[in-house]
Amino acid sequence: MRVALFATCLVDALFPDAGKATVQLLERLGQTVEFPREQTCCGQMHANSGYFEPKLVRRYVDTFSEYDAIVVPSGSCAGAIRHQHVMIARDAQDETLATRAQATADKTYELSQFLIDVLHTDDVGAYFPHRVTYHPTCHSVRMLKVGDRPLRLLNNVRGIELVTLPGRDECCGFGGTFSIKNPDVSAAMLADKMEAVIQTGAEVLCAGDRSCLMHIGGGLERIRAGVRTLHLAEILASTDGEAAA
Amino acid sequence: MSSGELIWTDEGPAGPNFPKNAESAVADSQLRRNLRKATGVIRERRAGLVAETPDWQELRKAGAAIKDETLRHLDTYLERFERNATQRGARVHWARDATEANKIIGDLINATGQTEVIKVKSMVTQEIGLVNALKRGGITAHETDFAELIVQLSHDRPSHIVVPAIHKNRAEIRRIFLDHLPDAPRDLTDDPHALAEAARLYLRKLFLETEVAVSGANFAIADTGGLLVAESEGNGRMCLTLPKTLISVVGIEKLLPTFKDLEVFLQLLPRSATGERMNPYNSIWTGVSENDGPQSVHIVLLDNGRTKALADHTGRQALRCIRCAACLNVCPVYTRTGGHAYGATYPGPIGAILTPLMVGVEHAPQLPFASSLCGACYEVCPVEIDIPTVLVKLRHDAVEADRHKAQDATFAAAATAMGGRRRWSAALKTTKLMRFVRHGAPPPLSRWTGTRDLPDPPAEPFREWWSKRRNT
Repeated sequence: MRVALFATCLVDALFPDAGKATVQLLERLGQTVEFPREQTCCGQMHANSGYFEPKLVRRYVDTFSEYDAIVVPSGSCAGAIRHQHVMIARDAQDETLATRAQATADKTYELSQFLIDVLHTDDVGAYFPHRVTYHPTCHSVRMLKVGDRPLRLLNNVRGIELVTLPGRDECCGFGGTFSIKNPDVSAAMLADKMEAVIQTGAEVLCAGDRSCLMHIGGGLERIRAGVRTLHLAEILASTDGEAAA
Repeated sequence: MSSGELIWTDEGPAGPNFPKNAESAVADSQLRRNLRKATGVIRERRAGLVAETPDWQELRKAGAAIKDETLRHLDTYLERFERNATQRGARVHWARDATEANKIIGDLINATGQTEVIKVKSMVTQEIGLVNALKRGGITAHETDFAELIVQLSHDRPSHIVVPAIHKNRAEIRRIFLDHLPDAPRDLTDDPHALAEAARLYLRKLFLETEVAVSGANFAIADTGGLLVAESEGNGRMCLTLPKTLISVVGIEKLLPTFKDLEVFLQLLPRSATGERMNPYNSIWTGVSENDGPQSVHIVLLDNGRTKALADHTGRQALRCIRCAACLNVCPVYTRTGGHAYGATYPGPIGAILTPLMVGVEHAPQLPFASSLCGACYEVCPVEIDIPTVLVKLRHDAVEADRHKAQDATFAAAATAMGGRRRWSAALKTTKLMRFVRHGAPPPLSRWTGTRDLPDPPAEPFREWWSKRRNT
């Protein structure tokens, strides 16, 4: 099985640790991971802002169509690839691209889906002795339907003290450019999410999307809440010898 | 095909300014508390009832399928409805838009010689601005739904589809009654029973004295020509049974092919709308019944932008909507802003798609952006309207219809940078600059840094780490 990593533009540019952790985790599980250098962005930020970019869809398809599985450390980007790429290709009246986009989307997996559905493991042998709360991001739950996969993986982490996040099904208020276009509503949603996180007494807030974590983490940092954010991959990659920061 | 005329979208050519309206709504602590409390109660009740309904997902699918079938052959079902309603003694009128509907209704009321009418709670009469239109023609329309009465007395606007006065708590309602309700007792308390009793005494008189009523309808049944109104108070039934003349305004998407289809919708609607297994009052009337109820029955079938929505391949699913407002109660945006911020008759997620679909996205370009695309609305929708997908489609339409040079340039630049490996690698080098603005950036990024820090940029992007690692 040829496995490729689609790091996502955000992780590539601003959160390389989530990408490194994904690679380390998959290699520890015996996979050889490739990082095709032609990759950039899935185009979700554009599409959700009203700009459909068939060029970015074509780039994704051209870059990844030859692989057996594409792993994405983001529920939101994996969701966009699965649910928007065909729509964008059709809107551009490019049926050939739509067909290829569908085929590539079908073998695109969010990290927890890949671990559980493809590698058939929910215990990745991680060790992480910290109090953690998990925020199920909207697109991972509602668009991709990852269900309890991330929690099953976290529950099997040695040493972890996993606490339930109150009101966890509610959006954090990021929403891509929503956070800029509607800053007041976004901030109001963020305030409630931060309150819930702080209530748990956790030292780490974990999620499968660095984008939502950038928003919640940026708010927590602003108020000096003393809670750090880690991507799911970073916790799953941690072992007794090599713990995530 | 006609465009809709929805009241309150007349805030200028740019349509309602959601971000600006939301700014003051979000800052209103009383409103925030009222909304949180009321939507929370309905949301919990609904969730409990859905959990006890084992075939809920099948019911949703059936509801969507029945509505889709109706919309696909809308012309056939509309004519069938007209034929059957007419045969049973009703007069059917056709209205292209709000102006036509208001004219028809005004003329019908004038023909009775009456100047006062009582009203059943109805969204469609809000949509066409009926009360104000009648007022201009010298006719007073009295709202009889408890919450609509509160809204009307205080010269306010409804802020929710099912619970129009959701933005008011009982202390505020007491104040409104004391100030505006004729004959309200001076020692009125804010006890819900006392408030209801005060309204009841006032409304009873209206029910007994008024000869004309106006209603909407939840469903119009093609194979019988009947209409159905579902409600909680019984005030609607008073209006539907006591007056001599009954005029009902019905959006053309309210049709169901057969009476049997109610089996599905009378399970979906009350659970989704008020969190009840069934509505306390389901009134169904079919034309005129001899010596029983209104002897003059009129039905105004209204387009007002619905055929425009129907022509939109992605958006037409919005016409399945049965106005349950479940999407409002779970929406993280609506529950923080309330309905007024949307500046249109239909608020919340469904309003954010329905309004632009009916009036044209160029007249409401900000509404499709009034969502974080979290998908909670789609999850609860009893007729499976994929609101997030329609929102994204309408955003695309809005960008095409309403060009902003600066925004276009930003996204074009991003797409170009992402269009090639070299360009992208070069662009990644600029992220280091973020260090200087992470606690306070210039506009428009200031909208981020106003409440959040930007991330501390990494020493190197992921792909550089990857290259070095491969080379060692």
